[in-house]
Order: sequence, then structure tokens, then C-alpha cells
Amino acid sequence: MGKFLVRRLLNYVVLIFLATSFAYLLAAANLYPRGYFEQMQPPPTDEVINTQLDTLNLNDQTPLAQRYVTWLSGVAQGDFGQTIQGGDVTPQIWLKAGVTLRLITVATLLGSALGIAIGAYAAVRQYRMFDKAATVASFFVLAIPTVVIALSVQVFATGINEALGFQFFLFSGEYSAGFQGNGWELLLNRIHHAILPTFVLAVALFAAFARYQRNMMLDVLGADFVRTAMAKGLTRRKALFKHALRTALIPTITYFTFTFGVMVSGATFTEKIFGWHGMGAWLIDAIFQQDVHIVAAASCFMAVTIMLASFLSDILYAWLDPRVRV
Amino acid sequence: MSTIETSTEPAKAPTVPPAPNRIKGIASQLLGTPRVIIGLGLLALLTLLAFVGPLVSGWEVGERDYAALFASPSADHWMGTNKTGQDVWTQSTAGLQKSLLIGLLVALLSTGIAALVGAFAGYFGGITDRALMWIADLALVLPSFVILAILAEQFGGEGGWIVLVLLLAMFSWMVTSKMIRGMTISLREREYIHAARFMGVPSHKIILRHILPNMSSLLIADATIAVSTAIIGETSLSYFGFGVQPPDISLGVVIADGSKYANSDWWIFAFPTVLLVILVLAVNMIGDGLRDALDPQSKSRRS
Repeated sequence: MGKFLVRRLLNYVVLIFLATSFAYLLAAANLYPRGYFEQMQPPPTDEVINTQLDTLNLNDQTPLAQRYVTWLSGVAQGDFGQTIQGGDVTPQIWLKAGVTLRLITVATLLGSALGIAIGAYAAVRQYRMFDKAATVASFFVLAIPTVVIALSVQVFATGINEALGFQFFLFSGEYSAGFQGNGWELLLNRIHHAILPTFVLAVALFAAFARYQRNMMLDVLGADFVRTAMAKGLTRRKALFKHALRTALIPTITYFTFTFGVMVSGATFTEKIFGWHGMGAWLIDAIFQQDVHIVAAASCFMAVTIMLASFLSDILYAWLDPRVRV
Repeated sequence: MSTIETSTEPAKAPTVPPAPNRIKGIASQLLGTPRVIIGLGLLALLTLLAFVGPLVSGWEVGERDYAALFASPSADHWMGTNKTGQDVWTQSTAGLQKSLLIGLLVALLSTGIAALVGAFAGYFGGITDRALMWIADLALVLPSFVILAILAEQFGGEGGWIVLVLLLAMFSWMVTSKMIRGMTISLREREYIHAARFMGVPSHKIILRHILPNMSSLLIADATIAVSTAIIGETSLSYFGFGVQPPDISLGVVIADGSKYANSDWWIFAFPTVLLVILVLAVNMIGDGLRDALDPQSKSRRS
């Protein structure tokens, strides 16, 4: 088992390295950082631009391979280079990751808990009213892209704000700019800002989890061991909770782990629409600003989270489901 | 995963109908599933709308009516006009046409790749299996969003959306291919596969003629879900300008345009959005119904 895990991890490191390199090469070959300096007012001379680009290791007159090697030797020492404005990329990664994690932790927990509860109950009441309503609701939500959910929520929130005459819902930024106040007030302000984006993410996740958990539960409900549990005299409630739900949760937990990793990049659209400066929004802005190093760093971070998530979900599965271990 | 599949296998074997009745059986099962019927009906309606809609509106795609900017729905402009006076009905239905095409093509391509990769990996095993699955892992880790976003601008102009289709397909086959690999491994040891092998049928023929047709139901259901995934993906990309590039137009582009005016001039946003939601809903209903009807062993696990 240990040797297997080490080999697996090594493989992941290679994959992450390839993915990041690919992102860097693609960005360096296709983005045009020179344009960022050329459109400055007043326009700097070519020499100034070239020295600027040289210090940033972004000069398109240097061969791509050479730039790549310079960048790579920096990354090997934990330095992802500089942004186009000249700041260091590495400390920013943690800052942006923090914003994204704050947003998705609550949303994934909320969405999955709701989805699991509704899905499991719907399976128990298969083909009854509740099941049908839950199915229709999740089908409907699954048919709407997150972008559209986010936009519609914004439209509704604006409408309510206008009707009430004051800012009941806030939907831009992580906290009010220049907000003064002690710890509690700041926390409240942040929570106030987080309500809508969290809601959007949670709704999208709820639908997926409800469908998933319902199907898992249905598979288990027909299984022999649940019948045995009821036959040996357990109450229906006990049989369902202790035997059926527990077993049906195993695949869902691994699914949850995986979802959490994917959400780091999956929350991109929500972040961008609600003006949260997280990982995904950072990446999109970087592409618009022709910032090669940020694109590479953000891609690396997302690759790491996806690999980590799939690794963890595999381990969890093996740990929770004894059948896999044999 | 593999343990679960092998344990359910003996129960499944007798239910596989003999080849000649297969298509008939599928058809009759489908017609008995209301979800699929409703979905197909909606899809047919939308397809009709997509190809007839732009022709009957009286306005050309992209044509500007300078006398009516931000006009609300009227007899002249059935769904109003946007900021440059383009007819929302015409733009949306024309966009629907492209979204449909993108969804279908991406689904076809990605399911095709997934089927081939998964079946070859599962059938041959060993080094082939490892190499192919490693490629699948690599494709999973590659920052598909970055690649799409950066390359999107390079492929503007007429026919640029074909490149978008190829890119979307390139990054959506991995999960399905792993599933197909698992099923191939369990099919590989069946008697009829052994029989074919001993009769000297070449491997690629066994895969194409015996293994893949046996998973056709799964493949069809999965391709259907892939259609809606592709449409949603294209919409999200287009919202940031990374999707279909002008002069081509898709539902995502129309929605992105309208989203800026969702508060003041709701019709620009509402009509294309409603079209999109109905489209995805219809496709999902077909896919889910298909999976339930054809493949009771895996009741829409992934949705």
C-alpha cells in the first residue's frame, strides 16, 4: 500500500509539472505583455519597454525556451515570478486562495448537506410527491448554467433593493470598501457580502448532490442487507439510518471531496460576477491583462487542488469501503 | 468500483436481448418513458425554432434597426431589440442554432474519443492501458479553461467555432473513458469475446463489433448528457468573451450581451435564457430517461 501511494503521488507531481509547464508555454507564446506597456500614457520608448520586459522575464524577443528555463529555475525555488505590474506572484497565491476557500467552504458544505438530506429522503419516498418535487427542482437547476443563476440572483436582489429602498442584499466585493469597524462589525459585513454568492454556489451544488445521493440510496435500499436489517427486527428508521444511509454515503463522501477540489476552479464565474478577488477571478483578469506569470501560477494551484482532491477521494473510498481494500 | 461491477454481472447477463430484437426493444422501451418523449418533443420544437426562427422574423442576423434601440417587444420586433437595434428574436434563434450544433458535435466527438480510448485501454490492458489512462489524467489536470480562453481569441472569424468544438471535445472525454474502460475489462472475459478471439478475429474488430455495441446504451445516454454539458460550458465561456467569436453567434453570446441590461431591459436577457434553459432541460430529460430505460444498473450516477 505504501509503495503504491508513493508511486501514485510521484505520478501526480509529474502531471502537475506538465500541466503548469504547458500553461506557462501557452500563455508565454500567445499572450502579449508588450501591449500592456505600449498602451501606457505617455507611451514609453522601445528601450524602456524592453528593459522592463527583460527584468520581468517577459520579453518576447528572448527565445521562449530561455524564458521558460529562467521561469522554471525560479519556480524550483518557490518563486513564481512577478506580475506585470512588478509585484511578487507567490505571496498573492495564498491571498487569492484564501478568498476562494472562504467562499467555497461554506457553499459546498451547505449545498452538499442539503442535497444529501433531500436526495436520501426522496429515495425513501420514491415516486411520491416529495421525490417528484425534488427531482423536478434539481432537474431545473441542473439545466441552468451557474452564470445565469448568478445573474438572475443579481437581478432579483437589485429588484428587492429597489423595492425596499435600501441595500438589503449586497452583491459586489468581499467587504465594503473602506469599511471601518471593530472585529464583529467587520465579520458581519463580510457575512452580509457572502450571502448571495454562497447561495448561488450552494444551489448549483444542491441539485447535483440530490440527484447523486438519491441514486446511491436507491441502489442500497433494494440491497439484501437492508432487508436483513429490517427482518431481524430493527425499526424502519433505524435500518434506514444505520444501514442504508451509512452505506449510501460512502460514494457521496468521495464525490464531495472531489467536488471541493474542482470548486476551486468551478467558482470562477461566481467570483467574477460577484466581484470576489479569488483564484478564478484572478486568472481571468490575468488573461485580460496579458499577465503570463499569474496564469501559470493559478493553473498550477488549480492542478494541485484537483490532484489532491482526486487523491484524497481515492484514499477515503478505500478507507470507508472495505471491499476496495482486498 | 470493479468489485461492484463483477458482482452484479451474472444477474445482468441473461437480460441482454439477442441482437436482432435489440433496436426494436430499445425503441419500445423508449416510447414507454414519458420523460424521453417530452424531451424529444421539446428538442424537435427547439430545432425547428432554431432553423426557421431567423427566417420568419423579417430581420437578418446581425441587422441593425437604428430606429429602434432598446425597443420593448412589439409586432415589429417580437422579442424587442438590443443596444445596437438587433432583433432579439432573430439573434437568439440564430444563436440557438449554433448552440445546438456545438452541443451535438462536441458530444459526438467526446463520446467517440471516450469510447475508443476506454475500450482500447480496457481490452489490451498492460502498457496500453497505463499509457492511455495517463493521458486521460493529464487531460484532467491541464488547465482547460486557460487553454480555451487563450486560444479562443486566436480562432476568431468565420468557422472559428469549429476550433471551439474541437477544444471542448478534447477536454470532456476523460471521465466517460474511465467508465468505459471499467466496463470493457468486465466484458473482455465473456464467452463470446473469447470465441471471437479464438476464431481469429483481429482485436480492433472485436472492440468495434463486439465490445462497443454492447455498451451502446451507456454510450447513447452519456452522449446525451455530454450535449448539455457542452452547451452549458460554451455559455459560461461566452459570458467572458472566450467562447464563440464574432461574426458567429451562439446563445451564450446573446445571453452575455443581454446580461448587462438584465435590470433595465429584461427582454434582451430573458428570451435567450429561457431558450437555453428549455434546451438543456430537454436534453437532460432525454439523457436521464435513456439511462433509466436502457441501463438499469447505473441509474444516472454522474448527474
